[in-house]
Amino acid sequence: MLKLTSLNKTFSKQSALTDITTEFPENQTTVLVGPSGAGKSTLLRSLNFLERPESGQYEFNEINIDLSKPIANKTILSVRRQTEMVFQEYNLFPHLTVLKNVMEGPVQVLKQNKNKARIEALELLKKVGLGDKADSYPNQLSGGQAQRVAIARSLAMHPDYILLDEPTSALDPELELEVLKVLLQIAKEKQSMIIVTHNLEFARQVADKVIFIEKGCILYDGEVEPFFNSENKRIKDFVSAMTFSSIA
Amino acid sequence: MWQIITNSFPQLLAAGLKYTIPLTLISFVLGLILALITALVRLSNQKGFFYIVKAIFRFYVWLFRSTPLLVQLFIVFFGLPYLKIKGIFPDGIKLEPMTAGIITFSLNTGAYCSETIRASILSIPEGQWEAAYSIGMTRAQALRRIILPQALRVSLPPLSNSFIGLVKDTSLAASITIVEMFEVSQQIAAENYQPLIMYSLVALIYAIFCTVLSWLQGYLEKVTSRYISANGGGNV
Ligand SMILES: Nc1ncnc2c1ncn2[C@@H]1O[C@H](COP(=O)(O)OP(=O)(O)OP(=O)(O)O)[C@@H](O)[C@H]1O
Ligand SMILES: [Mg+2]
Repeated sequence: MLKLTSLNKTFSKQSALTDITTEFPENQTTVLVGPSGAGKSTLLRSLNFLERPESGQYEFNEINIDLSKPIANKTILSVRRQTEMVFQEYNLFPHLTVLKNVMEGPVQVLKQNKNKARIEALELLKKVGLGDKADSYPNQLSGGQAQRVAIARSLAMHPDYILLDEPTSALDPELELEVLKVLLQIAKEKQSMIIVTHNLEFARQVADKVIFIEKGCILYDGEVEPFFNSENKRIKDFVSAMTFSSIA
Repeated sequence: MWQIITNSFPQLLAAGLKYTIPLTLISFVLGLILALITALVRLSNQKGFFYIVKAIFRFYVWLFRSTPLLVQLFIVFFGLPYLKIKGIFPDGIKLEPMTAGIITFSLNTGAYCSETIRASILSIPEGQWEAAYSIGMTRAQALRRIILPQALRVSLPPLSNSFIGLVKDTSLAASITIVEMFEVSQQIAAENYQPLIMYSLVALIYAIFCTVLSWLQGYLEKVTSRYISANGGGNV
């Protein structure tokens, strides 16, 4: 269980997240939605300390952190080992083959046996439909393939949570589809995920829970269908605007 | 003329092999190590006491980049014997010419190359750090496994430039009594009164050394860039 209480984050005096209190249930998919600049990425990146919130309480499994105090390096590393980030821009390691990209974490960080890591990496690549790309370099892949490698790389760490920040925003529609299929599959297998997305159709399908953020504040935090049928004007406006923009 | 060349060529080449090449190689390797340390210190985000260490390294880079190499050689070789400190160096610091040369060339190379390495590390996108941190790497692991291998490729051409520059700069070592190639050419020219031939000949040998190094550079660039092959779409 990952739980935040009264989390605050400011960028040079400007508030990006205000009094965020929520939890991300295990074995479920939580979707973060909201207008551009709302603070979705900041919230997601705060979860594995790529951003450093100034105050609040952070609870994750047995870890319990008071964010207003200095955090031990060891604690941050331990959180990062149990969470994996998938980036909009993939951020694959360009100097390593696809296979080595997936093996890097297990071998270097988890100190797994190389052969064991290779076997599992190959399995994961097969799972995301890229069994034949193991020896390619990242720049030989399409965007959709690259993002699926990134997903395999995150799965290889057996994280408690996978954090995905607009994983398909850089992709053409047909490439987006192949990535979304993989994510739906992983969600079905009860991998805990937190996904930032602008694709509301996908959100509705994959989510067990929706969090709607606007101007750094949580405006909705709850079940999926009530969100899409909400009578709240701001949510309604957002949903219709986003649905229109995905048609256009 | 042909005889002058065939007579002096072996002597020049011997001086090159005995002094120019070792001086260049040893200084460059030491300089690179120093450059890497300097770059990492200056890029570290450690605070507190470490600030002083950072300032020292910054001063070092400034000092060696803002003074002529020839003057640096003179200070180390001719100047330091007069640096008399009671208890530590009562008789000043007297260095063998070769030692003085290696120390100066290493420090000089270190100062210049540290800037190359620092810039190449900074040129690696932030997303690479974040991806490395995200799989749980420490800063040291991220540097060693993810950032430096990519930075190496970026820094290879400018570092090769520095290396080739150093080959030629070692001719300045003649002024601190090292009998490297250029010094030998001067000695022979003084005997046979053929400065044009002698200096052209030594220039040719420098050119040969540097050309071989350029080939080596081309090869290394190919090896380190194999992941940026032409058939890729650039989706990294
Ligand atoms: N590194 C930064 N420095 C200063 N301000 C920042 C920084 N990162 C984000 N912000 C600001 O914080 C706010 C939230 O940004 P964030 O990137 O989290 O929004 P978002 O919801 O992910 O938006 P988008 O949908 O466009 O990705 C914005 O006002 C943004 O300008
Ligand atoms: Mg964002």
